[in-house]
Amino acid sequence: MAADIYSPGVVAGRLDAETIAANFADLHPPYDGHEAAVAADRCYFCHDAPCITACPTGIDIPLFIRQIATGAPEAAAKTILSSNILGGMCARVCPTETLCEEACVREAAEGKPVEIGRLQRHATDTLMAAGIHPFERAASTGKRIAVVGAGPAGLACAHRLAMKGHDVDLYDARPKGGGLNEYGIAAYKTVGGFAQAELDWLLKIGGISVHYGAALGRDISLDALRDSHDAVFLGIGLGGVNALRVEGAVTEGVMDAVDFIAALRQSGDKTDIPVGRQVVVIGGGMTAVDAAVQAKLLGAEQVTIAYRRDRAAMSASRYEQDLAASKGVRLMFNAQPEALHGNGAVEGVEFALTQSVDGQLRLTGETRVVPADMVLRAIGQSLDGTPEGIALAGGKIAVTGAGRTSVAGVWAGGDCAAGGDDLTVTAVAEGRDAAEDIHASLLG
Amino acid sequence: MADLTTDFLGIKSPNPFWLASAPPTDKAYNVERAFKAGWGGVVWKTLGEAGPPIVNVNGPRYGAIWGADRRLLGLNNIELITDRPLEVNLREIKQVKRDWPDRAMIVSIMVPCEEQAWKAILPLVEETGADGIELNFGCPHGMSERGMGSAVGQVPEYIEMVARWCKQNTRMPVIVKLTPNITDIRYPARAAMKGGADAVSLINTISSITSVNLDSFSPEPSIDGKGSHGGYCGPAVKPIALNMVAEIARDPETRGLPISGIGGVTTWRDAAEFLALGAGTVQVCTAAMTYGFKIVQEMISGLSQYLDEKEMTLAELTGRAVPNVTDWQYLNLNYVTKARIDQDACIKCGRCYAACEDTSHQAIWMKPGRVFEVNDAECVACNLCVDVCPVEDCITMERLAPGSVDPRTGRVVEAEYGNWTTHPNNPAAKAAE
Ligand SMILES: Cc1cc2nc3c(=O)[nH]c(=O)nc-3n(C[C@H](O)[C@H](O)[C@H](O)COP(=O)(O)OP(=O)(O)OC[C@H]3O[C@@H](n4cnc5c(N)ncnc54)[C@H](O)[C@@H]3O)c2cc1C
Ligand SMILES: Cc1cc2nc3c(=O)[nH]c(=O)nc-3n(C[C@H](O)[C@H](O)[C@H](O)COP(=O)(O)O)c2cc1C
Ligand code: SF4
Ligand code: SF4
Ligand code: SF4
Repeated sequence: MAADIYSPGVVAGRLDAETIAANFADLHPPYDGHEAAVAADRCYFCHDAPCITACPTGIDIPLFIRQIATGAPEAAAKTILSSNILGGMCARVCPTETLCEEACVREAAEGKPVEIGRLQRHATDTLMAAGIHPFERAASTGKRIAVVGAGPAGLACAHRLAMKGHDVDLYDARPKGGGLNEYGIAAYKTVGGFAQAELDWLLKIGGISVHYGAALGRDISLDALRDSHDAVFLGIGLGGVNALRVEGAVTEGVMDAVDFIAALRQSGDKTDIPVGRQVVVIGGGMTAVDAAVQAKLLGAEQVTIAYRRDRAAMSASRYEQDLAASKGVRLMFNAQPEALHGNGAVEGVEFALTQSVDGQLRLTGETRVVPADMVLRAIGQSLDGTPEGIALAGGKIAVTGAGRTSVAGVWAGGDCAAGGDDLTVTAVAEGRDAAEDIHASLLG
Repeated sequence: MADLTTDFLGIKSPNPFWLASAPPTDKAYNVERAFKAGWGGVVWKTLGEAGPPIVNVNGPRYGAIWGADRRLLGLNNIELITDRPLEVNLREIKQVKRDWPDRAMIVSIMVPCEEQAWKAILPLVEETGADGIELNFGCPHGMSERGMGSAVGQVPEYIEMVARWCKQNTRMPVIVKLTPNITDIRYPARAAMKGGADAVSLINTISSITSVNLDSFSPEPSIDGKGSHGGYCGPAVKPIALNMVAEIARDPETRGLPISGIGGVTTWRDAAEFLALGAGTVQVCTAAMTYGFKIVQEMISGLSQYLDEKEMTLAELTGRAVPNVTDWQYLNLNYVTKARIDQDACIKCGRCYAACEDTSHQAIWMKPGRVFEVNDAECVACNLCVDVCPVEDCITMERLAPGSVDPRTGRVVEAEYGNWTTHPNNPAAKAAE
C-alpha cells in the first residue's frame, strides 16, 4: 500500500508526484510584462538610494528599474550583473525583506516597498532567456589563478578574474558546481534547474576550466596550488555541521537538515525522499525554516521548528517565519533540546523551556516532550578541513581587506571567511572583491 | 554598444544628450557633475549683458502638475536668465571647456535687440573657447516684458536680423532657440535660416498657469498673493515639441536645417523619437531637474541597445520618421482596422465600454460575466478604447485583410492606397490616374 500523510515512521512517497510538483512550484512566480511595468513605475529613482546601500553587492537598483520601465530589461540585466554576476539567483533567494526592500523609501511611505527582487528576476530572466552573456574578456594577462569551491563566492571570483583576462582553474569537491545554490537553497526558490543553467551561462565568459570531484586536502593541496598558480582563492563554504549535544543515543530518524535538503535538491520528482509523519526541526535560521517547510511540502503531517530563544532572536526573518507558518509549520520558541527519546528510532524530543532575561537565556525548570519520528538538526554549519597553515578567527578563515588570508597569495571569501552574513549575495560580493584585489596585486 | 558619438554643426560630443539652458547648467559646479554623470554637452544657462545682475523673485518660482502617484508631468517656471555676474559665468565656462574638451559647450545668450549689445558680448563668449552659441528668443515670462526672449522670437523679422548680426560678428556656430508661443513654427525657423543661423533648437517653454489656489485665489506659484504666467515644460509638452520639430524638418524651405530637439525628453525613447523626427541632438531640462543628472545613464544604455537591435547608426536614425509625417489628405482611407480585445489580458474594468458607449460609436458589447467584445459592425477604429485601457496591448488595432468585407460599411476592403484627394465624396477630387 502506498504511503500517505498518516503513515508512521520515515517514509517516501507520502504525496503523489503531481501534488509534490504543485507544492514545490515557484515561491514568487515571475512577473509578466504588465506586472513588471506597474511595479517598476513605483520606483522614485532616489538620489544616493538607500536600497543600493542595503545591497551587499551594491547593485544600482534605481537605474535598473528605470531601464525596465523604459522597456530595456536587457540593459537592466547588464546593470545588475555588472555588480552581481549571480543576480539571477540572488533575485530568487535574497532575503530582500531585510536587505534592499527593507531600506526602500516606499517601505517608509506605505509599508510596501518596490518589489526589487522580482524586478531583478524579470530583468535577468529576460537576458538569460535570450541566451546573451553581456561581458567579454580583457586581453590575456598570462596569469593563472586557482579558485577552490564553485559556490557563489568561487563563481563570482572566477568570473571577475576571467573578465580581467586571467585564466582560472575552478576546483570543487562535489560532482557538480554551484555550491549551496545547487545543494542547499530551498527547491521552491530556484525551480527548473536554474542553478545549473545559471552556472553554464556564467561559464560562457570563457577562460574558466572546471575540475569537479577535486577536493582540497584530498586530491589537491594548498602548497601545490600556490606553486602552480599565481594566486589562490578559497570559497569552500562551511562543510561541517554543529553537533547537537543532547542525552539519548537514538540515531534512527535523526539527521542533519542540510543533508535532508541536499538529497531533496538532487531528487527528480522528490517522491523518493523519505520524511517523517511528525518532524521536529531544531534551529532558528534559514536552514531550519527551509527544512521544515520542505518536510511539510513532502507530506509530513506535523512539523515543528523548535528554537531555544524567543522570536525576535531568530535569525530567520519574520517573513521566513510567516512563510513557514503559512505552510502549516508550528513555530515553538524558548525550547532548548535536552534529550532524544526512543529506543533505536527516535520517538520524541524533550525540551527545557527557557526565558530571556536581560539578554541571558534562563531555564524555567519546566520541560516538554514533542513526539517525533524524524528530527532534523539545523543548529549551524562550521568550517570543515581548513587548509594547513591558515589563521582562523571565530572558527572561520581570518581575512583582512578584500579577503586576504594570513598566507601570502591566498584569498578567501563567502561563508568560509570571517565577517559578513552567510548569504548568497554576501558570498558573491566577497568573491568579486577578492578578484579585484587579486587583479590589482598581480598587475599592480 | 552602438556608437553614440554626435557631430552637430561640427561640434562633437560623446552622445546626443545635452542639458538645456536652465538651472542645471547655471554654474561650473553643476556642469562638471553633469559631465561626470555622462552628459554629452550643455547649453549654459542664458547670459545677459554686463552690468548689474538680473534679479529673480524671492518666493516660489516653480509650479507643477502631477499624474498618479505624484509623478511630475509638467513644470512651469518664472525664473529669469542667469542672475550671476557675467564675468563669473565666462570664467567658469572657460575653465569647464578646458577641463572637458570632448563635451559640447554651447553658450546661451539674451541681450537687448540692438546690434551693439550683441557685438559687445560675442567676443567675450568666443574668448571662453565655447563651441557655439544659442540665441534665447524663447523665454515667455519676465524678459519678454523687457523686449527680449519670446518678444523677439514672436517676430520673424527680428529673429532674422539678430541671427545675421551674430553670424557677422562671430566665427562660432549659431543656434537659434525658438519659442513655441506662436501660431506656426515654420515662420520663425525660416527667418532663422534666412538670417544665416546654422541650426534651430526647440522648444522653449510654453506660456502657462499651472493651477489656482482656491483659498487665496492666486495663480500658482504664488508670490505674496499674486502670480504671473510662467513657462511650461516637462513630459506634458513633448507632443507639442515633437510636432514643431517635425514641421520644420519636413518644410521644403527649411529641410536639412540642423535641429536640436527639446521638450519633455525624459527617457531614451523620448530622445529617439526626437531624433527620428529630424533632431541631431536633444536637450533635457525638466527630467534632470526631477531625477538628477544620473538619468542620462538610462538614456545612453537605452539608445545604444535600441540602435544595436535595429542594426542602425545614430546618423541613420536621425530623420528616419520624417518622410512618414504627411498631411491628413494623403492618409490611406483604404486602411481599415478594428479594435481587438485580448480576453486573457482583459481585467474587466469596463473603461473601454464606458468610453465607446458614452462618447464614441457604441461598438463594444458588455456581455454576461463582464465580457467585453468589439462589434465590428459599429467599430470605426477610433482607438479611444486602446488609449483608455489600463492594460498595455490588451486592446490592439488589427487591419482587415484586403478583399474582406467591412461589416460596418458593407464594402469590400480595397488593397490599393486611396486618399481624400481622389475620394468620390470630395467635391474637389481629382480623377485617379
Ligand atoms: C539550507 C540552506 C538554505 C539557504 N538559503 C539561503 C537563502 O534563501 N538565501 C541566501 O541568501 N542564502 C541562503 N543560504 C546561505 C547561502 O547558501 C550561503 O551563504 C552561500 O551559498 C555561501 O556561498 P559560498 O560560495 O561561500 O559557499 P558554498 O555555497 O557552501 O559553496 C562552497 C563550495 O565549496 C566546495 N568545497 C567545500 N570544501 C571543499 C574542498 N575541501 N575542496 C574543494 N571544494 C570544496 C563545496 O562543494 C561547495 O560547492 C542558505 C544556506 C543553507 C545551508
Ligand atoms: C527653471 C527653468 C529655467 C529655464 N531657463 C532658461 C534659460 O535661461 N534659457 C533658455 O533658453 N531656456 C530656459 N529654460 C527652458 C529650457 O531650456 C527648455 O527649453 C524647456 O524647459 C523644455 O525642456 P524640458 O521639457 O526638458 O524641460 C528654462 C526652463 C526651466 C524649467
Ligand atoms: S529606495 Fe525604493 S523607491 Fe528609492 S530608488 Fe530604491 S527601490 Fe526605488
Ligand atoms: S529645492 Fe532647495 S532651494 Fe528650492 S525651495 Fe527646496 S530647499 Fe529651497
Ligand atoms: S478597458 Fe481593457 S481591461 Fe478594461 S474591460 Fe476594456 S479591454 Fe478589458
